[in-house]
Amino acid sequence: MKLLIILTLICLGISFFASREKTRMGIKKGLTMFIRLFPTLLLMLALVSIVLYLIPEEKLSKYMGEGSGIAGWITAAFFGSVALIPGFIAYPLCGILVDNGVAYSVVAVFITTLMMTGFLTLPVEVKFFGWKISLIRNFVSLVAALIIGLLMWIFL
Amino acid sequence: MKKVQKYIFPLIFLILIGLSYLFNFTSGKQIGLNFWMFFKEMILFLPLMFILIGLFDVWVPREKIEKHIGNESGWKGTGLVILLATLQAGPLYSAFPFASILWKKGCSIRNVFIYLGAFATIKIPMLTFEIGFLGLKFSLLRTLITLPVFILIGYLMEWHLKDKDFEVKQS
Repeated sequence: MKLLIILTLICLGISFFASREKTRMGIKKGLTMFIRLFPTLLLMLALVSIVLYLIPEEKLSKYMGEGSGIAGWITAAFFGSVALIPGFIAYPLCGILVDNGVAYSVVAVFITTLMMTGFLTLPVEVKFFGWKISLIRNFVSLVAALIIGLLMWIFL
Repeated sequence: MKKVQKYIFPLIFLILIGLSYLFNFTSGKQIGLNFWMFFKEMILFLPLMFILIGLFDVWVPREKIEKHIGNESGWKGTGLVILLATLQAGPLYSAFPFASILWKKGCSIRNVFIYLGAFATIKIPMLTFEIGFLGLKFSLLRTLITLPVFILIGYLMEWHLKDKDFEVKQS
């Protein structure tokens, strides 16, 4: 975070030095984009926080746990796809799952879908890429996550 | 009017959270805490990022993008977008605006999706986190397996979209 602030300040400084007019335009463009996206972002964050509340850890480990077989994979892929959770929450959560006996391959599916596919973040994605591409990207990523899980199962 | 309409659902959500606090409704309070955690991350992070995107938009000429990560850029271009993505931080939804600017400026379809894939799954700052919680072996193996998989996704998306007349939204 600090790094981002410093980076932004440095870029702004250089840009301002080179051309005031262009800097003003750049800031305006960027912030306009942000303001336009803002209500969609709020909506998405509201959905994500509701879903995160609805799927507590104990349930996750139960459904994905040892002996759950294919069902574990499906659960992992499903919950992983619905939410899009940032890494700093996802990794500790996965650590807990592993401690509770969830297989590494299932965790791999879960973490990959968590990070790559997000049905709740679709509103944001659609703003930039349109429905068709967003749906295709999410679907392909879901399949990819299953393949990654399978490979992890073979190698680990 | 349309502007107000867009805020109706978030507003209802916030009112419900407020009521939960007023009447000590535990589920609502928990959801409110979750929301606050995500909101804090977003409100600090995104405005700065959008300023950077805006500056990028006015300063980096289209020809540069086309040359380095455009259709003819080959493996060097792919390496470049992966490097760019892995050095960044933040959730995937913050990568969409930048990816769409890259696309608008002539980055190849393949590299746009490779960028998104790399951004989602192998960020260097996050890798230390992953190793801490899931171990070195798991993290390395996952990274090594994931890398070729989303490069393949990039090729797939390109193959699927290249003959279609397609435009990225400007918003």
